[in-house]
Amino acid sequence: MRGVLGGREYRFRLAGDGMSETLLEVRDLVKHFPVGGGVLSKKTGIVRAVDGVSFDLHRGETLGLVGESGCGKTTTGRCILQLERPTSGTIRFQGEELTTLPPTAMRKLRRHMQVIFQDPYSSLNPRMTIGQIIEEPLKVHAIVTEAPARAERARDLLTQVGLLPQHAKRYPHQLSGGQRQRVGIARALAMEPALIVCDEPVSALDVSIQAQIVNLLEDLQGRFGLTYLFIAHDLSVVRHISDRVVVMYLGKVVEIADRTSLYEAPLHPYTRALLSAVPIPDPKLEARREHIVLRGEVPSPLNPPSGCVFHPRCPVAIARCAAEVPALREITPGHCAACHLA
Amino acid sequence: MAKLLQVNHLRTTFATSTGLVRAVDGVSWDVEEGETVALVGESGCGKSVSALSIMRLIAPPAGRIESGEIFFKGRDLLRLSDEEMREVRGSEIAMVFQEPMTSLNPVLTVGRQLTEGMEIHYRTQPAAARARALKLLEMVGISDPERRLPQYPHHFSGGMRQRIMIAMALACNPQLILADEPTTALDVTIQAQILELMRNLSRELGVAMLIITHNLGVVARYADRVNVMYAGRIIEQATAAELYANPRHPYTLGLLHSVPRLDEPRRARLDPIEGQPPDLTRLPPGCAFQPRCKYRVERCVEAPPLVPLDAAGHCAACWEAANIASASRVTA
Repeated sequence: MRGVLGGREYRFRLAGDGMSETLLEVRDLVKHFPVGGGVLSKKTGIVRAVDGVSFDLHRGETLGLVGESGCGKTTTGRCILQLERPTSGTIRFQGEELTTLPPTAMRKLRRHMQVIFQDPYSSLNPRMTIGQIIEEPLKVHAIVTEAPARAERARDLLTQVGLLPQHAKRYPHQLSGGQRQRVGIARALAMEPALIVCDEPVSALDVSIQAQIVNLLEDLQGRFGLTYLFIAHDLSVVRHISDRVVVMYLGKVVEIADRTSLYEAPLHPYTRALLSAVPIPDPKLEARREHIVLRGEVPSPLNPPSGCVFHPRCPVAIARCAAEVPALREITPGHCAACHLA
Repeated sequence: MAKLLQVNHLRTTFATSTGLVRAVDGVSWDVEEGETVALVGESGCGKSVSALSIMRLIAPPAGRIESGEIFFKGRDLLRLSDEEMREVRGSEIAMVFQEPMTSLNPVLTVGRQLTEGMEIHYRTQPAAARARALKLLEMVGISDPERRLPQYPHHFSGGMRQRIMIAMALACNPQLILADEPTTALDVTIQAQILELMRNLSRELGVAMLIITHNLGVVARYADRVNVMYAGRIIEQATAAELYANPRHPYTLGLLHSVPRLDEPRRARLDPIEGQPPDLTRLPPGCAFQPRCKYRVERCVEAPPLVPLDAAGHCAACWEAANIASASRVTA
């Protein structure tokens, strides 16, 4: 596959061996938000939330999308779901170009791409019963038209996600956080989607519950052949669940690799710093471990640094890094990094 | 080392519409001078309420410290008058909260918020207080303090605000800082910066620290001793090294096994703790963890006391603690 990013030619070999069909193809995705562009004031700036992101997602795989707040991972997910209109770039889903699709066609297509949100407290309507919440999309998309059949389907979905059929009569406030997240998953599953965008699906949950939900997502993937875009900031969870991982920083992809190479041989200094910042629950190991503590903070996407956006915080930056934007290059087969020194 | 803080049989309750909640149910623990102690547990386990009880910030009439003693430098804080307690807060014991966005006053400059405590507690002259505020900002790693002092909290990023919170906590030279999830709202790389900063400051200034967190990794890196809480009680107590090497309560063991770790080969499946976190208004009889426990025996309907397991002070509240020792070694 060949493409052009930032005027520079790059080559992707994003497919893991044996994985063939591309379900989603994101190319040079850009999303800029105007700031201060109210009715009365003039536009004062542009937040470059996503600034030229490209990756492929293959049917049946889990692609992890990691980075810190403000790196553009959630905006990328929202652009894919067409909840945000991208500024430029293309998104092909099952061969169809989403960015130019008329709203009616998009509505039809949307049932094939579902989303699980971070906060199980605010993503369920408190006035609806669990049964109604799960039945709603079945009704809207006229997938199951008979009410008794819909109720039956909702009960079946509840069982699939590890809840009980009688939970259908309850309201969200009667469930715990983990149970609500299961309801969110059942609602997404109801559409029998090809792709589920999981936006921080476990980070609001208690530690002991996170593992339950991660296991559930993996079981369902096996059972229904689902494809996940797993957006998260917890690198340990991402390693566990993802086949391949995309690391983002300030709206750009800094590294893409399969799970093993990314975690065992990270190429980008930012990825290395991120990994070293994750505390490991073992005091002896922690005492011996080398910690890369980055200087400063993530710069504002309103005014990103010149050259490599990471250079002001990078422990190994050279003069070239401030002047020249590094292209995302394939360093070893399937392992791409955007760093002059990689 | 002398005990700086000693909490004995503390019980704090809240009256709710569904019944009385024992948020903290008879816990005892201590902090020695200059050391870092962690309270670990999941939401609702009583870790934050423990800290608020020490500061006597439990809001009546719903909330009430029912019984217990909190000795700080030999004085029982629960017996102090409101006046006396106000003297302790901020000057001797300071607090750092989780949300740096909401715990700073948005309409006061950072400088004002830093100097307020000094002027109230020590009647420091404004010029001297300002000089100290500049020094504090420098200590917590905020560059160009002269320019930063007259700015408002919204001019600062989340990590910077947390640094300001730490500077405020240090302003009156406290002997103890209670840090309630100090880095939970922050990004990983900023979390590392803040935790390093807190550790360095605590070492340099000899301030003791209570870190309240749900993150077992944070505890491993920064705490000397750990108290694990579940449903308002301490279920395990040990030095950090001992707790991780040799967990003796099924809940601690479950927590350690349920998180994926970057230093270990990827497991095919995670090993979660089954079931739901406890509903504090409807706790099961005996051990609150028993409905979720793999090691449950008949005796668990009686509440197990927190008992020492060895001479070094490793304590666990579990009837089966002896059997779990071998289990944790096999699986570790």
